[in-house]
Amino acid sequence: MDQNNRHTDNKMDRRDFLKIVGISAATAAAGLYGCAPGKKDGTPDGGAVEVPKGKMTYRTIPPSPDRVSILGYGCMRWPMLPSPAENGNVIDQEEVNRLVDYAIGHGVNYFDTAPVYMQGWSETSTGIALKRHPRDKYFIATKMSNFSNADFDASVKMYHDSMRHLQVDYIDYYLLHSLGSQGARSFRTRFLDNGLLDYLVKEREAGRIRHLGWSFHGTKDEFDFILSFHERVHWDFIQIQLNYSDWKYATGNNVNADYLYAEISGRGIPMVIMEPLLGGRLSKLPEHIFSRLKERNPEGSVASWAFRFAGTPPMVLTVLSGMTYMEHLQDNIRTYSPLVPLTDEENKFLLDTAALMREYPTVPCNDCKYCMPCPYGIDIPGVLLHYNKCVNEGNIPQSRLDPDYAKARRAFLIGYDRSVPKLRQASHCIGCAQCNPHCPQSIDIPKELHRIDGYVEKLKQETL
Amino acid sequence: MSLKRLRQILAAVCFVSVTLLFLDFTGTIHHWLGWLAKTQFLPALLALNAGIIVFLVLLTLVFGRLYCSVICPLGVFQDVAARFGRRGKKLPYTFSKPVGWLRYGVLAVFVVLTLFFHAAAWLDPYAIYGRAANSLLQPVWMWGNNALAYLAERMDSYAFYSVDVWMKSAAVFGVSLAMIAVVAVLAWRNGRTYCNTVCPVGTVLGFLSRFSLFRITIDTSKCNGCTLCARNCKASCIDPKAHLVDGSRCVMCFDCLDKCSRGAIGYRFAYGKKAAGQEPAGAVRGQAGTDGSRRAFLAGSAVMLVSAVSAQVAKKVEPIKMDGGLADIIGKKEPDRATPITPPGSRGARHMQAHCTACQLCVSACPNGVLRPSHRLDTFMQPYVSYERGYCRPECTACADVCPAGAILKISRAEKSAIQIGHAVWVKDRCVPLTDGQECGNCARHCPTGAITMVPSVPGDPKSLKVPAVDTERCIGCGACENLCPARPLSAIYVEGHEVHRII
Repeated sequence: MDQNNRHTDNKMDRRDFLKIVGISAATAAAGLYGCAPGKKDGTPDGGAVEVPKGKMTYRTIPPSPDRVSILGYGCMRWPMLPSPAENGNVIDQEEVNRLVDYAIGHGVNYFDTAPVYMQGWSETSTGIALKRHPRDKYFIATKMSNFSNADFDASVKMYHDSMRHLQVDYIDYYLLHSLGSQGARSFRTRFLDNGLLDYLVKEREAGRIRHLGWSFHGTKDEFDFILSFHERVHWDFIQIQLNYSDWKYATGNNVNADYLYAEISGRGIPMVIMEPLLGGRLSKLPEHIFSRLKERNPEGSVASWAFRFAGTPPMVLTVLSGMTYMEHLQDNIRTYSPLVPLTDEENKFLLDTAALMREYPTVPCNDCKYCMPCPYGIDIPGVLLHYNKCVNEGNIPQSRLDPDYAKARRAFLIGYDRSVPKLRQASHCIGCAQCNPHCPQSIDIPKELHRIDGYVEKLKQETL
Repeated sequence: MSLKRLRQILAAVCFVSVTLLFLDFTGTIHHWLGWLAKTQFLPALLALNAGIIVFLVLLTLVFGRLYCSVICPLGVFQDVAARFGRRGKKLPYTFSKPVGWLRYGVLAVFVVLTLFFHAAAWLDPYAIYGRAANSLLQPVWMWGNNALAYLAERMDSYAFYSVDVWMKSAAVFGVSLAMIAVVAVLAWRNGRTYCNTVCPVGTVLGFLSRFSLFRITIDTSKCNGCTLCARNCKASCIDPKAHLVDGSRCVMCFDCLDKCSRGAIGYRFAYGKKAAGQEPAGAVRGQAGTDGSRRAFLAGSAVMLVSAVSAQVAKKVEPIKMDGGLADIIGKKEPDRATPITPPGSRGARHMQAHCTACQLCVSACPNGVLRPSHRLDTFMQPYVSYERGYCRPECTACADVCPAGAILKISRAEKSAIQIGHAVWVKDRCVPLTDGQECGNCARHCPTGAITMVPSVPGDPKSLKVPAVDTERCIGCGACENLCPARPLSAIYVEGHEVHRII
């Protein structure tokens, strides 16, 4: 390099440098659009490569005229403040605004919240962020979360509160939240016996609810029963849990997604997909499953497989993702700008992967926090997620004679104290089971906590 | 190498090693250097450790009070303190006459106090140093460790884990601080005043050292009476006019040897005709060979366990339950125990009281936050057991492993599981099935001996919520039930101590 060139180099400031890098990245990215899925731009977990704009895939499923982005924003996992703001809000509003602006700027137009999310603050924060954009640029979905109190007046108040918190006078997509349980939390108790369903149908006629639907976690009988109301009510959409693991191997009381999809699409009802990633369980994978996916597509993220799976079926209106971090948002935008549908071969590959994953005994917790707060202070998802992490990382020794016993024991126990403060660990679970009815994955939480606690005792006492 | 330099090196190694024993909370350093605490004179005496006593007596009879210059951490501490005091002064000390009545008087009083009132805790030099190291240095060490743990966590490494730093007793902290400060000031002003006036170990060893085979002596034929040696003697034991060295007070620091330009003062065989410069510290060198200490120190910051928060349970679920969040947790309060609990291996309150010098080594080593110094007058500063932060875990025998004084005798895990240090008592009014109407049984679930069974709260109604029933014959008093009881701040089940431990 001659003197002159070096001089120019020295003069190039940081902004110029970034500009050049940005442009070349964008060019490189643009050149890659439409290529095979494996050749998507971007590094798996939010690399420095430009995120495509204006390439988002949209779905319109008649009779609704809505043109909905295939990526929907789940507002259940907003970033939190280290300690609540003055008004008690636990959500980092500035960060939410930034994420929402970015999402809308990149074509996301469906936002899904609920009155109970984020300790009751999700609607407020989502409303504040969305208020800064024109109302016709996005669709709002929220829910009737009257689990603990099916009283008609209290429920109607919850509905009005949602509009107030979201600062809107109509709701695009309104859901009967988490149907599928029986007894006090059943469809019958919460919506039929108290006349609430009729009220909501009238609200739809009045135009304050544009689409009426329900979200489902539960048993097949309950699902069939609620779906049979289609003739009477006309469900505009249904929200189901769909991913390559649940397609054939749903856990607990949950119904396999292949059945749900077939039944719903058979009636021509569009679907909103939740838990495409199983609360991150499909992005935090055991090592050899991880390498299996990476081998097929070294440049795409592991999560992108799950999102392509969820977005491929044609009756899917949108796929919700609770994106806490900008990197997740960017990665998902890359996956869906545009969506490259799975080939039959790829589809089979993922279903085979799901079969392999069943051998890992993770607890099917998606970190939705519906079980929280535990009245006795246990951090339930914290304990279960730590356990799952150790399962995936191979840190669950089965015997003292295991070759990596000492290392795995250390990782499990030290990691446990790091993830969950001692007083919130499983040893303090008294087994009152107040959490169990809240779990959409129907995990027997005390049973799992006591099992994990028993395992911890064995590790501590070295009696494994 | 001069004798002084050799003494300094050995002393530094011993001092750092003993200090590390009081800092380490992982048990790793004890594994390698734990014996060092057991060579301390008074603990060995209380533990009736004949081997150590004979060794120390012989060491003193042959070489003089090397113990006070090399092995005793408080002795070395005073040298360090004195070094600061001497700054700027070249010849800080002067000869002073022995005050025999004071030394032996203090010793006599100490013996009487020890035999009848267990006052060994107060004046044992090793314990004075230990309490200071535990109160002042261990928290700093732990904070350092926690900083490393913080970094380790961010690097996805499990090399360090965070631990709880907490004030175990403000009164004991204050007394420890005051005592070490007094010793430091005495040393700063006048060298080894504490050792040669107050310290019972110093007095006993001084009594022996006046007859030791090797001593510091002055060759009158070479001495020109310059008094350099006397004015450099931190024990103030060289009488330059009489050319005599008070062997009972000389701590064998060898500082005087280098000062004498004429080679008049020397470390010589005191019973022969000819003085021979012998190798004095050979015996000591063997036991101070501690180059493993650095490795042990590094490994010590590893291993595993504990960190914590404090607090539990208050909020009940609101009418409309929102998702997420954590309920507040109220901290546990220490219950009023009629009989204090002493750790397993201590045989009971009396044995503990009679043997413990309150050095806090067990308190430093307890990984479960169970041991803390007592603030009761009769057992002041001696350790006792309580279960607000953790419980006496079945796999742990840390306190018994480290105790140098035989106050907590060595026990195995199996023995521990059969020692009843107390028994659990149920408090009906606080029990969660009765107060909250919730199923519980956390005490029974965690009882390591299966001493707790859950019985229906309504007699004859097997479907009623169950409450614990304690079989005191099987209960060992470990406190798992008390610590893990959801009732807060006072547990619904707590442990009452046994004055004398029983074996199942």
